[in-house]
This record gives sequence, structure tokens and C-alpha cells, in this order.
Amino acid sequence: MATFDDVKEVIVEKLGVDAEKVTPEARFVEDLGADSLETVELIMGLEDKFGVTISDEDAESIRTVQAAVSFIEGKQ
Amino acid sequence: MAITGLKRVVITGLGPVTPIGLGAAAYAEAQRAGKSGIAAITHFDTSSTASKIAGEVNESLDAYIDPREARKMDRYVQLALAAADLAVADSGLSAEELRGERTGTLLGSGIGGVKTFEDQSRVLVERGAGRISPMFIPMMIANMASGHVSMRFGVTGPSSTVVTACATGTGAIGDAARYIQLGLADVMIAGGSEAAITPIAIGGFSNMKALSTRNDDPQTASRPFAAGRDGFVLGEGAGVVILEEYEKAKARGATIYAEVVGYGTSADAHHITMPAPEGRGAQVAMRMALATAGVNPDQVGYINAHGTSTHFNDLHETQGIKAVFGDHAHKLAVSSTKSMTGHLLGAAGAIEAIAVAQALRDGILPPTINLAGDEDPALDLDYIPEGARETQVEYALSNSFAFGGQNAALLLRRV
Repeated sequence: MATFDDVKEVIVEKLGVDAEKVTPEARFVEDLGADSLETVELIMGLEDKFGVTISDEDAESIRTVQAAVSFIEGKQ
Repeated sequence: MAITGLKRVVITGLGPVTPIGLGAAAYAEAQRAGKSGIAAITHFDTSSTASKIAGEVNESLDAYIDPREARKMDRYVQLALAAADLAVADSGLSAEELRGERTGTLLGSGIGGVKTFEDQSRVLVERGAGRISPMFIPMMIANMASGHVSMRFGVTGPSSTVVTACATGTGAIGDAARYIQLGLADVMIAGGSEAAITPIAIGGFSNMKALSTRNDDPQTASRPFAAGRDGFVLGEGAGVVILEEYEKAKARGATIYAEVVGYGTSADAHHITMPAPEGRGAQVAMRMALATAGVNPDQVGYINAHGTSTHFNDLHETQGIKAVFGDHAHKLAVSSTKSMTGHLLGAAGAIEAIAVAQALRDGILPPTINLAGDEDPALDLDYIPEGARETQVEYALSNSFAFGGQNAALLLRRV
């Protein structure tokens, strides 16, 4: 849960969404309203927060909150 | 030079966001009271800058922009949106009346998103180009006030941006009026905004020796036409006006503040920052504003001067006014509201056009504060040093002059 909470914090900040909307199933574009620029900001925010590198290909596949959490936990 | 067959353009909404007040009523009241908006800078640590004072807008903008949306906008855009909201509300135009291609946007900025530029330059140096925010470009570029305002109100008519440094606000309103005069729009949302109270901008202006360093007495630091003037004081804010085709404004019973009757622009072709001797370029702009309106110099009762509080501007502007107006220069009144607001760069001409519109409608001319008792013998016009003056004038001119030698003058008429 620790990773989820940290990911959620980045999402709330970068996408400007209400925290309760950030559920594991939530999709960044369809559910949280991220546009293409915000998606890039979000990925960069996650890289900064967790000290990881997310390639463009990996970023393409990270479409939900849970996908982000799983990716980061896999890197740690 | 008076051009015939044009539609008439009137100002029907005022949106000032200034260091002396937000909204038309607060702004007018502050001018009447001769209030100074200058204080010690709070936006950043001034320990390394020579000038440590400015005219900040410290009211919350949350009522105008969702804080989460604001995060994606440079402050100059936030200020412009607040001013546009105020102007639209003041005009009484409904969202339905505004929406569509008969309304246009023409907002300018002298610099654009300089704070964003500064922040991201730090990222570049410290962390490399790979960490530059994807929001950097859309936050920084100087046309984004027009962009955001068009999106907020769903207005799809003529849209452009003026970037003529300190002449921006005047140029934006003058250019916007042309679209209505030519019949290309019924309404234009026009003005300027600036948010340059940042270390890099204050540092740059300071090192040009352009800024006052009267840091120990901020409220008297902006002293246009005074013997003890030592430079301008930077201000931030935005001014937006609603320009409207006269017959349509009249038909809907709009409050009409003033008519835009003349507009002139010119270049000094002289120096990057120094005004031309005797305000030669400024004279061209003032004469053009009069000529396009078919108005004689002796019909003008008030000039809102560029009046920056720098040695050369105030001297050459005074000389230029004397050259254009002859003997009448000593009969009309001149004041610099920058004495109260500081110099808002790209927003200056816009908030000053608002001040002129208010002066024409209310019959009260705003003063030049900090001048009484410190007159410069070389500057001998009537600068309204004693405080706001009850005088009804029919025509009033607003001057703005820019680095690069660009000049703009707007002539308004009481309606």
C-alpha cells in the first residue's frame, strides 16, 4: 500500500484530480482526464518520486494506476 | 487621415487587476485616494537584487481560476484570466452573447511567462534537458493569455497577440478596436498582462539602471516627473477591456465607459532603450491618434502619460507633448498613474486605458502622486500633483512607449 499511496500523491499533484478518484483500476486518460502533456508530466513525476527510469515503451503500457504501482514495485 | 465608413467602437467592460485594486470600483477608488501599491517584494528573496520593491498583486486569484488549473498556467496568464473574468462580468454580456466567431481575443504581454522560463532554466542546468516540463512551452509562450481566454469563453473570432514591451496594452486595445471598426467582430476581449516580479527580470532591469532603488521608502519610489525620480518601479497585473461595436452596445443598453476614437503607433528608429530626443517617435504616435479621430490637439483635455519615473522618459515625453500640443500643452492636464501602480510593462497601457475610460465617465482625473513639493524645473506641465481632480474632459489620450522604440497612443472620447 505504501507504493500505492505515493503513486496516488504524484497523480493528484500532476493531474489535479481528487484523491478519491485515484483507485487502482482508474485509467489515466479515460477516467482521470489526463491529456498527452499531463501523461508525460505524470511519468516524469513518478521517475522523480521513485528514482526510477521509465522508457517511452514502458510508459506506453502504463495506462492505469495499478499498472504504475506494479511497474514501480517491479523496479524496486 | 481620418478614415470614414468604419464602425464605432466603445468600451463596455473594465477588468483591472492591479497593485492598487482588483475590479473597476476598487481601482477607481484607489486612484481617487492617491493610493500607492508599491511595497517590499514578497514573491522572492531580494538579497541579491539592487531593487527590492515592486507593485505586487497579493489578492488570491482562486475565485477566478481553479487552483488545479492554475498550476498549468504561468502567473501572467492567471492574471489575464482574472482580468478577463472581471471585464466580462462588468460588461453584462452573457456567456451566450459572447460565444462564437463574432467575439475575438487580443491579449498581449511584454515578456510572457518569464517565471516559468526562469524555473525551467534552473531544471535545465541542474538536471538536464530531459527533465524539462512538458508544460514549459505552453506555459511560457506570450500568446497564451489570448489562448486561455478564448477557451474559457468559447470565443472563436479574430485572435492575435501584441508583444511590444511596455506599449503592449495600448497596442492590443488599439489593434483590437480595428477588428470591430472593420466589421470583422462585434466584441473584442482585449488588453495586456505581466508577471515579471522574478529575480531574473528584476535583476535584468536593475542592471540596466532602469529601476528605482528607493527601497527604504517604497510608496514614494514611483515619482514620475519629480526631480528626485530615480527609475521605474516594476508592477504586475493585467488589464482587460470589453470593446464592442457601438450600435450593438447601445441596443442592449450596455454601460458605455468611453469610445475608442483614435489610435497611433510608431517607431523611434533611434536606440534599443533610450527614447528619441524630444519624444520624436512618441510625437508621431500621438499625432496619428489625433488624426485618425479627426480631433484637433486643443480638444484634448487629459493625457495619461507613459510617465515611468525615469529621467529620460519623463523629460522626452514632456517635450513630445509640448511639440504636439503647442500652447495647449499647458492647458490640458497630464498625469502618470504609474505613480500609484508602478510600471506593469505589457499590462501598463491596458490598466491606463481603463483609468482613462473611468476618468472620462466619472469626470475625475487621476493624480500623479509623489510629485508635490519635488517638482523638476525642467518639467512644467500640469501633472495633477495635488490629488484627483474633478474635471470633465471630452477627449483623453493614453501614451505608451516601449524598449525597441515602439510607441502607441490611444485616444478615447466621452460618450
